[in-house]
Amino acid sequence: MSLIANRRDVDFMMYEFLNLDKVFQTERYQSYDREAVSAILDTAEAIAEDKYLPCAAKLDANEPSFDGEKVSIIPEVGEGLQAFAEAGFYAASFDEDVGGAQLPGIVNLTLAGFFSAANPGINSYAFLTVGAANMLNAVGTQEQKDKYLGPMLEGKWSGTMCLSEPQAGSSLSDIRTKATPTEEGHYLIEGSKMWISGGDHELTENIVEMVLAKIPGGPPGVRGISLFIVPKYRVNDDGSLGAKNDISLAGLNHKMGHRGTTNCLLNFGENGDCHGYLLGKPHEGLKNMFHMMNEARIGVGHGATMSALAGFLYSTKYAGERLQGRHPQDKDPSTPQLPIIEHTDIKRLLMAQKAAVEGASALLYYCTDLVEEQKLTDDKDAQNRLALLLEILTPIAKSWPSEFCLEANKHAIQVLGGYGYTREFPVERLYRDNRLNHIHEGTHAIHGIDLLGRKVSMFDGAALKLLLQEVQATLSATSEMSALGEYNKDLEQALKVLVETTETVKAHENVNTQLANATIYLDAFGHVVIAWLWLRQAQIATNALANAQGDDVAFYQGKLAACRYFFRYELPKALVQFKLVSDLDETCMDLKPEHLTGNNPL
Amino acid sequence: MKVLVPVKRVIDYNVKPRVKPDQTGVDLANVKMSMNPFCEIAVEEAVRLKEKGIVTEIVVVSIGVAQAQETLRTALAMGADRGILITAEGDVEPLAVAKILKAVADEEQPGLILLGKQAIDNDNNQTGQMLAALLDWPQGTFASEVVVEDGKVNVTREIDGGLQTVALEGPAVVTTDLRLNEPRYASLPNIMKAKKKPIDTKEAASFGVDISPRLTVLKVTEPAEREAGEKVEDVATLVSKLKAAGAL
Ligand SMILES: Cc1cc2nc3c(=O)[nH]c(=O)nc-3n(C[C@H](O)[C@H](O)[C@H](O)COP(=O)(O)OP(=O)(O)OC[C@H]3O[C@@H](n4cnc5c(N)ncnc54)[C@H](O)[C@@H]3O)c2cc1C
Ligand SMILES: Cc1cc2nc3c(=O)[nH]c(=O)nc-3n(C[C@H](O)[C@H](O)[C@H](O)COP(=O)(O)OP(=O)(O)OC[C@H]3O[C@@H](n4cnc5c(N)ncnc54)[C@H](O)[C@@H]3O)c2cc1C
Repeated sequence: MSLIANRRDVDFMMYEFLNLDKVFQTERYQSYDREAVSAILDTAEAIAEDKYLPCAAKLDANEPSFDGEKVSIIPEVGEGLQAFAEAGFYAASFDEDVGGAQLPGIVNLTLAGFFSAANPGINSYAFLTVGAANMLNAVGTQEQKDKYLGPMLEGKWSGTMCLSEPQAGSSLSDIRTKATPTEEGHYLIEGSKMWISGGDHELTENIVEMVLAKIPGGPPGVRGISLFIVPKYRVNDDGSLGAKNDISLAGLNHKMGHRGTTNCLLNFGENGDCHGYLLGKPHEGLKNMFHMMNEARIGVGHGATMSALAGFLYSTKYAGERLQGRHPQDKDPSTPQLPIIEHTDIKRLLMAQKAAVEGASALLYYCTDLVEEQKLTDDKDAQNRLALLLEILTPIAKSWPSEFCLEANKHAIQVLGGYGYTREFPVERLYRDNRLNHIHEGTHAIHGIDLLGRKVSMFDGAALKLLLQEVQATLSATSEMSALGEYNKDLEQALKVLVETTETVKAHENVNTQLANATIYLDAFGHVVIAWLWLRQAQIATNALANAQGDDVAFYQGKLAACRYFFRYELPKALVQFKLVSDLDETCMDLKPEHLTGNNPL
Repeated sequence: MKVLVPVKRVIDYNVKPRVKPDQTGVDLANVKMSMNPFCEIAVEEAVRLKEKGIVTEIVVVSIGVAQAQETLRTALAMGADRGILITAEGDVEPLAVAKILKAVADEEQPGLILLGKQAIDNDNNQTGQMLAALLDWPQGTFASEVVVEDGKVNVTREIDGGLQTVALEGPAVVTTDLRLNEPRYASLPNIMKAKKKPIDTKEAASFGVDISPRLTVLKVTEPAEREAGEKVEDVATLVSKLKAAGAL
C-alpha cells in the first residue's frame, strides 16, 4: 500500500467529481488522455516514492546548516530535485510556447500532491520556483522572460517570494525595504527580508528572489509597494551568470517542521550595491504578487491536505497491524487481541482523518478546476463568475485544510499511541510539518478578516451569492435522493444560518465588533463548504454504487460513510459557532491585556 | 545495430496478489499492472547503448492482451523507437513466447535481443534461453554488465560463484539481471512524444506457430499462514522439541 497516494481517490476526484475527460476534449489539452495522465502520475509517484520519501526523516533530523559562508544540505535534496527536473515537472503546467508541457492544472495538482505528501521539505523549493516563474510569465517583459524563465523551468535556477520583514509579517503595509531608481535602469534594493523559504542554498546555480519593496516618494501603505526581480547572481545579456549581487544571508531560522527548506533572514544591499529589476508597473507589486500568492494559497491548503493524507495512510496501515485489547463484550484474556482497527474509537480517529482529507481534497480540486476554466473560456461573464468564486473560496481553501487537516495529523498520532509520539514513526513529523500552514501565506486570523470583512460583501455580496447558487444546485440535484435526504436538509439549514449570520454581522455599525469573531466564522463557513462537497461526493457515490464491482463497492460505501460522519459529527459544530458570531459576542473583545495574568503585558 | 527488446505486462510489484476464489490463478481484475522490472532494465540498457551511438534502432515487442500496448508506450517513453504488439489471450508460456519472438527476429533481423532474465509474475526464467536455442544464437544470461566492442558483445554474468564474462559473436541474446542498471523514469515530455511513436499490432495466430499451453494448472493457492510460535523453558526442551519435529 502506498503511504503517499490513494490513486483510486485521485481518479475519483479527476474523473468522477470533476470531469477531466471533458478537459481533454478542449483544443488546449487535446494531446492528453487518461492513459498519458496515468503514465505521468506513475512517474511522479515513483520519483516521490524513491527519492523524496526515504530521506524525509533524515532531512528532518539533519536540517540545513550555515557556516557563515555557505549553506549545507544533505545531498538527497539535490538528487530529488534533479529527478523532478529531469522528469520535466517544473515546466509541466506552463504553456507550450514558453517551453512548457501544458499539462491540465488538475493533473498538475495531483502530481504535486505526491511530492508534498512524501517530503514537503524538498517539495517547497520546486513549488516556490514554479510560483515565481508563473508570476514572471504573467507580468514580466519579454526581455525579463527571455532572461530568467528558461533556466527556472528547467530547474537550474530557483525562485522565492520575499514579502515578510522582521517588523512586518501580517502587516505588509509596514514593510521598509527600499528600491531606489538609478540612471542605468535598475533599482538599488536595501532592506531585510525575514522568513524567506529557499532564500539561500547551493542547490541551484542561481536564485531569483521576487522582492516587495517601496520606491521612495510612492503612495503610503500597500498602494506604494512594488515588485522586483533580485537575482543572487546578476545575469548577463547572453544569459550567463555575472557578479554576485549584494544579498547576504544573515542566518537561518530553526523551525519546528518543514525543516528541509532553508528559511532565511536575507539582507539586501548591505554594501549599497544590490541590483533589482522592476517587475510589472511601479506600485502594483502586491497585485502582481497575488499571481503567485493566490496559487500559493491553494497550494498551502493542498500541502496541508497532503500531510494529513500521509498521516491517514500511515495510521490506517498501522491500525491494521497493531494488536491490542478486545471488544468491550469479550473479556476472556485467552482470546487473541484484536487489530486496533476493530476498535470503534480507532475507527472514529481514522474516519475523522478521511473526512478531513477527502473533504479538503474536493475543495482544492474544485478551486483548481475554477482556475482551469478561467484559462479555457474567453467569455467575460464566465471569467468574472469564476474569479468571484475563487475570491471567496481562496481563504477557505487555504485555511480549512490548515486547521482541520492538522487536526487529522493529531488523530494519526493518537492511533499510534505512544509510538506515534516518537520520532521512530513519521506521524509526529507530519504534524510538525503541517503546523506551519495556518501561519504562513496569511495567518488564520488574517484570512478570517479577509473573508468576513471583505469577501462576503464584495461587489454587493456577488461572490457569496454565486457560491450559494453552487450549493443550491447540489441541494436541488440531491433533493429526490432519499438516502441523502437527511444531509440535504441539514445542509440547507446550515446554509440558511450562514446567510443570516452574515447579514447580522454586516448590519452592525462597529467594524471591530463585526470582525471580533472572524476566525470562528472562517471555520464555520469552511465547514458548510466542506459539507456541501461531501454531499456532492455522496451523490456521485450513490449513483455509482448501482453498477460498482469489486473494490469499487467498498470505495463508494466509504464515501457515503464519510459523508454521514461529516454531517453527524462535524457540521453541527458550525451551528454553534455561527451563533457566537451572530450574537456579536464580545467575550474576547472585552478582554483586557491585564486580565490574562493579573499583570499588564503592555 | 538494431536491438529487439521484448517487454511483458505483469502485476505491479507493489501489489499484494490475491488468488481468485476458484483457485484458477491470481486475480488481475482492477489490479495495477506495469512493465516487468527486469524488462525495464533491458529497455534501459538498450537506450543507453543507443545514447552511446552503438545502437541505431530499438524495437520493443510485447505479447499479451491488448492493454500490453500501455507497456509498450512506457518503453517508448523511456526511449525505444517503435513497438510491436502481438495480441494473444490467456497465459502464453515461455516456449510459445520464444517461438513468436523467433519469428519476429527472423523478420526484424536485430543484432541483439535484450530481455529480462525472468518475469516477476511466474518467475520462469526460460524465455531468453529458449529463444537463443531456437535461433541458434549465442546467449549471455543474468547480465550485470554489457559492453559492445569490435563486433562482440561482452557480457558479465552473475553466477553462483561470482562473476563470469563471456564474449558473444553477434547476433546474440542477452538476459538482464537486477544490477545491470537503474532504469530511468519516463519524463513527461517523453511520455507525450511516445504517443506519436508507431506501434504495429499483429495477432499471435498470424505467426503460424503452436502457442497452445503445454502445462495444466491444477490450482493456485495462497501460501500457508505462518503459525504462532511457542516459548520453551530451556535449551533441553528446545532440543527435544526440534527432535520431535524431525528438524534435528
Ligand atoms: C516556515 C515559514 C516560511 C515562510 N516563508 C515565507 C516566504 O517564503 N516569504 C515570505 O515573505 N514570508 C514567509 N513566511 C512569513 C509568514 O508569511 C509570516 O510568518 C506570516 O505572515 C505572519 O507574520 P509574523 O510571523 O510576523 O507574525 P505576526 O504578524 O507578528 O502575527 C502574530 C500573531 O498576531 C496575529 N495578528 C497579526 N496582525 C493581526 C491583525 N491585524 N488582526 C488579528 N490578528 C493579527 C496573527 O494572526 C498571529 O497569530 C514564512 C513563515 C514561516 C514560519
Ligand atoms: C513519552 C512517553 C512516556 C511514557 N512513560 C511510561 C512510563 O513511565 N511507564 C509506563 O509503564 N508506560 C509509559 N508510557 C507508555 C504509555 O502509557 C502507553 O504509550 C499508553 O498506555 C498507550 O499504549 P501504546 O502506546 O502501546 O498504544 P496502544 O495501546 O497500542 O494504543 C494505540 C491506539 O489504540 C487505542 N486502543 C487500544 N486499545 C483499545 C481498546 N480496547 N479500545 C479502544 N481503543 C483502544 C488507543 O486508545 C490508541 O489510540 C509512556 C509513553 C510515552 C509516549
